[in-house]
Amino acid sequence: MSEYALEVRGLCKAWPGFALKDVSLALPRGYVMGLVGPNGAGKTTIVKLVMNLVSRTAGEIRVFGLDSRAHEVEVKSRIGFVYDEPAFPHDATARDIGRALGPFYPSWKEERFRALLAEFGVPPGKGFRKLSSGTQMKLSLALALSHDADLLLLDEPTAGLDLGFRRELLGHLSSVLQDERKSVVFSTHVTSDLERIADYVTFIRDGEVVFSLPKDELRDGWGIVKGNGSLLERLSDVPVRGVLRAAWGVEVLVADVAAARERCGPDTVIDRPSLDDVMVFMTRGDRHVDAH
Amino acid sequence: MRVILSNSSPEPIYEQIVRQARTQIISGELTEGALLPSIRSLAHDLQISVITTKRAYEELEREGLIDTVGGKGTFVAVQNPAFLREKRMKLVEEKLQAAVAEARLLGVGPGELTDMLRLLYEEEA
Repeated sequence: MSEYALEVRGLCKAWPGFALKDVSLALPRGYVMGLVGPNGAGKTTIVKLVMNLVSRTAGEIRVFGLDSRAHEVEVKSRIGFVYDEPAFPHDATARDIGRALGPFYPSWKEERFRALLAEFGVPPGKGFRKLSSGTQMKLSLALALSHDADLLLLDEPTAGLDLGFRRELLGHLSSVLQDERKSVVFSTHVTSDLERIADYVTFIRDGEVVFSLPKDELRDGWGIVKGNGSLLERLSDVPVRGVLRAAWGVEVLVADVAAARERCGPDTVIDRPSLDDVMVFMTRGDRHVDAH
Repeated sequence: MRVILSNSSPEPIYEQIVRQARTQIISGELTEGALLPSIRSLAHDLQISVITTKRAYEELEREGLIDTVGGKGTFVAVQNPAFLREKRMKLVEEKLQAAVAEARLLGVGPGELTDMLRLLYEEEA
């Protein structure tokens, strides 16, 4: 058994007007990875490539150590998949969908599926088209959580869901992780969903992986230094990941908070960055600062 | 084990767990041999990442405060009395350090601070 739930190496995909460039990442078994990045960065493309729903230009994908194409059937039966826009036949009810899909999964649990529908408030007898988009997502999540999947692969699973339910979902995910063989990959642009339970964060921008790190390394090792224009000179030998300029001065995202504190002294304000802050610095901030 | 986490504290989450568990072990609130939640169930209870709770337990193990017995769980380690005393003395030192830092900010000198300490000590007795 591989120690990795998911390994992606050198993955490329060219669409007209968009390219996924040399994406590599690895998620050890038993952990949660968040894929974050702006809309259109390539998160959904990565997820679809893992599910082999679209063809790749180059690269390798292994799930539980198995090649995702050579072992497609086994790999897919062990993945609980949620697509960002769930699509099922319009008139099919939740009950019909469970009955149709269940047999594809060796470890399908019909009672669990029904219990989750009840818990999530999904009417089992109503046509798919008549459900609100949030309820369609809940149905899709109930399916993914009902076959004892070893890897949950969730693409924007919280889109259209209210805060209360998002918390509830995170609770379900962390229950799944009580079993150390289970893993979760979760793509989102709502970083607060990941702030709590994600073990690893992979940030995608313009089809490329900008970083893929344990979240605690970001939380505890990175910092936002605030000050006037001379700050950048003082931080010249500290790894800088982004700069935001404001009327009162600059904010600098650094990847080594200890070094920054040493250069700037104890009176300088250095904040702990949230994932949201990191996103803002990396998508809106001045990126051409490493030249200093 | 009781753990209350602050997201706005500058102290890393794993350190908050280590500090609170350490205090409860040294004070005897958590007694020798007490079973602690598993890494994964603590992560679930606190709704934080498994990596974070794992790191906290590794640190507590390094300090000799807890032991993990394969297949059975994690327990508060059997404490050597001298070692425990040393740890508790360190706790006293840390609190005094905090008092010294605060006194410095207010311009309170060592003489005045010592007087205050003596007064407080006698009051307690």
